[in-house]
Amino acid sequence: MALLSIENLAVSFYTRNGITRAVRDISFSVELGETLAIVGESGSGKSVSCYSMLGLIPCPPGKIESGKALFDGVDLLNCSDTKLREIRGNKIAMIFQDPMTCLNPYLTVGEQLVEPLIYHKKLSRAEAKKKAIDLMTEVGIRTPEENFDAWPHEFSGGMRQRVMIAMALIAEPQLLIADEPTTALDVTIQKQILDLIADIQKKRNIGVIFISHDLGVVKNLADKVIVMKAGQIVEQGTAQEVLSNPKHEYTQKLLAAIPSGAKDTPHHNNSDSQILVQVKNLVTDFKVKGNVFRAVNDVSFNIYSKEILGLVGESGSGKSTIGRSILRLVNASGGSVTYHSEELLNKNAQQMKPLRRKMQMIFQDPYASLNPRMTIYDTLAEPMKLHGIAKGAELNQAVLKLMDDVGLARAFVRKYPHEFSGGQRQRIAIGRAIATKPEFIVADEPVSALDVTIQKQILELIGYLVDKHELSMLFISHDLAVVRKLCDRVIVLKHGVLVESGEVETLWQNPQHDYTRDLLQAVMH
Amino acid sequence: MTSQAENLTNIDQFESGRSLWQDAWSRLKRNKLAIIGLSLLIFIGLVCILTPWIAPYSYEHQNLALGATPPSAQHWFGTDNLGRDLMTRVMYGGRVSLAVGLIATAVALTIGVTWGAIAGYTGGKVDTIMMRLVDIIYALPFMIFIVLLMVVFGRSLLLLFLAIGAVEWLTMARIVRGQVQTLRQLEFVEAAISIGLSKATIIRRHIIPNALGPVIVYTTLTIPNVMLLEAFLSFLGLGIQPPQSSWGVLISNGVEGMEEYPWLLIFPGLALSIVLFSLNFLGDGLRDALDVRASKD
Repeated sequence: MALLSIENLAVSFYTRNGITRAVRDISFSVELGETLAIVGESGSGKSVSCYSMLGLIPCPPGKIESGKALFDGVDLLNCSDTKLREIRGNKIAMIFQDPMTCLNPYLTVGEQLVEPLIYHKKLSRAEAKKKAIDLMTEVGIRTPEENFDAWPHEFSGGMRQRVMIAMALIAEPQLLIADEPTTALDVTIQKQILDLIADIQKKRNIGVIFISHDLGVVKNLADKVIVMKAGQIVEQGTAQEVLSNPKHEYTQKLLAAIPSGAKDTPHHNNSDSQILVQVKNLVTDFKVKGNVFRAVNDVSFNIYSKEILGLVGESGSGKSTIGRSILRLVNASGGSVTYHSEELLNKNAQQMKPLRRKMQMIFQDPYASLNPRMTIYDTLAEPMKLHGIAKGAELNQAVLKLMDDVGLARAFVRKYPHEFSGGQRQRIAIGRAIATKPEFIVADEPVSALDVTIQKQILELIGYLVDKHELSMLFISHDLAVVRKLCDRVIVLKHGVLVESGEVETLWQNPQHDYTRDLLQAVMH
Repeated sequence: MTSQAENLTNIDQFESGRSLWQDAWSRLKRNKLAIIGLSLLIFIGLVCILTPWIAPYSYEHQNLALGATPPSAQHWFGTDNLGRDLMTRVMYGGRVSLAVGLIATAVALTIGVTWGAIAGYTGGKVDTIMMRLVDIIYALPFMIFIVLLMVVFGRSLLLLFLAIGAVEWLTMARIVRGQVQTLRQLEFVEAAISIGLSKATIIRRHIIPNALGPVIVYTTLTIPNVMLLEAFLSFLGLGIQPPQSSWGVLISNGVEGMEEYPWLLIFPGLALSIVLFSLNFLGDGLRDALDVRASKD
């Protein structure tokens, strides 16, 4: 008998704006010792399907319309709250996306592990501590005795996720549900956590449900894969089957959207291009509570005209700060940045203004980068009005043309940002960036907040616009696969220091620095 | 050839989107209490504006022979001990009370929003100095401050507006500053900087419109506050002087004769209460209607 079997589950949300049928009649099962991956884009119902059986969705507005969730012979959808709570605590455990919000910042890591052991497992304090240290060893926390008294904020994201896994293991669950456990982590850490989950699953012989938006992550981990779209299962089967021989067109689309391979267009030849932006010995410091934190440490590189330079590094490596320092959105502490041989760092706001027309930025989060109180028309027209590029009827035409350029229907021109999806918003943001016909654009992780299929479209749009308008670009990303697909050259940043630079393909084939090798390995799994 | 593409070149013919304000309005409309509050406010506002033309009597016309009479067909709210029609006096008092409420709040709004936005957006030393100044004024006892103003500049209605406004803007400035500090870090503000907009334009076009939600709500809560302050000051004899009246004055007079002539307290009290309740309901409704989280699902 299956450990968990879901039959004909349907979940709806009754909101002001109508009924959303989040999960429509899905069935699947998990055995002990098996890993099931549920894959889908945001809003596909992958999390709701798991949360609903544990009673973790708010009802109302949520409502379980039909179905059964048999766990160990008990129907989770149809049992008492007490029983459900007992199962939730002891037999099914969960780990979540963001480990920081799941740990109590005012208790030491060890204390948070010891507490449930004392209360639920009725251990004495000494026994509990011993057990907690065993658990910390099991999840790969080095020197657990010393880290026992550490605070959550002293841990990195990966370490915190290890603590979360240890907490989930306390109850010795038979089923572990992992909801995008690695999405918030850097690629190299991501790989370690995936290995850990696979390891624990084997050692303890438990069932795992792994929820993810990323087919690539699932590849080496899952025995079975379910692909969900709009609340329905469009394909299921063994990982081998689904990933190597996808039947449904949506799965094929998802697989095709994973960036792979090199850039299609021929390389620009740098020898006859001129240097557009030259960064020399750039240093940027931040003051954090009286301490000076050096985000960018003595970094030098050139950006040639008409090239896309990739800037790769993990979170906290200072890559965004470099982009913002070049555009003078943060103030650099030392070094020099020249644009067409003109020094930028000593210019004041007034002197920068004419240059801003030539240098623009695309931001990471399309939900935060558009003013919610301005229509698309106002957002796109603002830079053109400011720099006197167009006015009156001409301005209207220019705005409409811009919308054609970024692939937005003209009829949307008077709508507000909240009426658009993430991908459409990013198109608007890109439209704003190219409105002044700039020469140089800093793109700061422009696709990392988007679903894979949308990501692909936006990357294609960026590639198209760079070619069409002969732009030069600094493309900041944590994802080497994306960079390989789009960029000509790449520089790698670690802790604010530039560790390697070169042609993308050369670096891909033959990385020199250990750190670059780690990054590459993480991408290739 | 009139192709579709050519038809689509005139911006004005496109359907305009629902702005957040329209969205908020449609949510507000569904909130019955808020709508009742709003209607009552509009009604009372209209009556007060039209008072000079529709009032049944003059507010200073005395009829000593009549004296204080309970409500009757001639005098719906009754008369006071000088034989003046109470309804007329409540209507005229409303003009003063509402004017104090609106003008003092407008003063508080203007100073508070500007001050808070500048402090929050600029940050650093400017912010510290500006906000410490707010703290200092906060620490001054309000009554002494007003009494001093009255003593130095003499009693006048205008001064009353200014004095109350000058005290009420402090909280507004703090609220706006907090809002702006969060907004300042959002990417659309960075985008505005990278476009090349000036500081003033960024504050005006990008920051303030997004900070308005809490400001509007707080404003609806400030108006009753201000009206109560005026009532309090008039009660102490620092505000409006006879024969002019305000709801505060009428109530304080009514309290004196509460046992023999209860209507003298009840009617002005009722008027003030209705306005305060209405503003509170409206403020509550606005807070819910402007909640961004509610508009997301």
